[in-house]
Amino acid sequence: MSGFMATFGLWLSVFFTLSIFSFLYKDNPFYKLSEQIFVGLSAAYWLVYLYYSVMVPNLFNKLFTDFKGNLILLIPTVLGLMMLLRLIPKTQWLSRYPIAIMIGTSAGINMVRYAKTDLLGQISATMINPFAADNVVTVIGNILLIVGTICGVYFFYFSKKQEGIRAVPSKLGIWFLMISFGASFGYTVMARISLLIGRLEFLLKDWLHIIK
Amino acid sequence: MKYKVPLIFAFVCGILVVISEFIPHRPFNMLITTLQDWFMIISGFAIILGQISLFQANIKKIRGKNPDWPFYLAGLISFSIMLIVGLFWGTQEYRGILGHGDKIQAAIGMKPFDYLFANAFMPLSSTMFSLLAFFIASAAYRAFIIRSFESNLLMITAVIVMLGRTSFGGMLTSWLPQGLYFLHLPNLSDFIMEFPNSAAQRAILISAALGIIGSSLRIILGIERSYLGGDK
Repeated sequence: MSGFMATFGLWLSVFFTLSIFSFLYKDNPFYKLSEQIFVGLSAAYWLVYLYYSVMVPNLFNKLFTDFKGNLILLIPTVLGLMMLLRLIPKTQWLSRYPIAIMIGTSAGINMVRYAKTDLLGQISATMINPFAADNVVTVIGNILLIVGTICGVYFFYFSKKQEGIRAVPSKLGIWFLMISFGASFGYTVMARISLLIGRLEFLLKDWLHIIK
Repeated sequence: MKYKVPLIFAFVCGILVVISEFIPHRPFNMLITTLQDWFMIISGFAIILGQISLFQANIKKIRGKNPDWPFYLAGLISFSIMLIVGLFWGTQEYRGILGHGDKIQAAIGMKPFDYLFANAFMPLSSTMFSLLAFFIASAAYRAFIIRSFESNLLMITAVIVMLGRTSFGGMLTSWLPQGLYFLHLPNLSDFIMEFPNSAAQRAILISAALGIIGSSLRIILGIERSYLGGDK
């Protein structure tokens, strides 16, 4: 039985892989079927993942093992249930309370976190002595790092029109941003290509046994 | 009641979290942990809400005999099967409501949830994302034929980074003399990633942080209210 299920699993994987690749020719029923199955499976996967990693340890386990000691957890439970009332038009407004608590809490957390790490952290990391490095390449790199950061931030300053001499650092900032987007693009292409190689390897090695 | 109380809730929660960062003593240091725990639980319910909404949207399409309704039905069936097997017999790490499903495990070699994950979800997701390689290539072609200095800069960087991360790129410039070794493609790629790329990323992070701080303040002070929706 186990051997049959392994073979069945392999053919299932092959079917889904080829169905998705068939979109390269044109949209077709096989692709549509696989696409919807993918949506259903991923929604259920994340729901199960959430149940075991968030709801069970943070809520259900605590309430079932020591209900009296964790009575305070009934507040987020009620708020969570109020969130579900969004599905009923007449009681939709009740979901504003949990949403407001979530938004308020995350606004507070984000404000402090981003001020600490992304604003002050990144500014202090840029305040370096570029000439303290032991080789020319690193010195040039450090100068580029400082100039690029300042010009990049300047580019995002939209309160005053950037023209004449003011447009120069902005232009430099665009160039640095373009280099960064190029690097990110290169990395994304590499990641997608490696996934493609993985799927082709699966088809040619595990299924067809053409390569070893 | 419908509008002002939620705004007060958002203000109190936001201010408490900010204050607790500056006063690391009881009860403030406990407040942030409690609010974060509550946040996780409410987010859990929010995700459940999203899944119910997806379910409802699909049922609506099936009932309305949408041209593609059999595919939506297949989506609902796959959703239900994955959810049921996950909750009943658990996953590799967790025990389900009905236990570990030892008999089923002996029959199919693993837990049913993991079987579906390995043989359906994983091939579907990796193939779906690998498909993007083709679309990225065609999008890049369309983007790069706009011949401006900036688009060339983007393309040249992308090519250097891509070549620099492969053995072929290393082979192309392996003949360079020691004095010019910083132009060796893997070294050039590392240099781009370490300096100009970091500079732009820092600029983005600093600017985004300023934006986030501004919007957070607007939310806490009740200036930004769009998240509360209409006046129903």
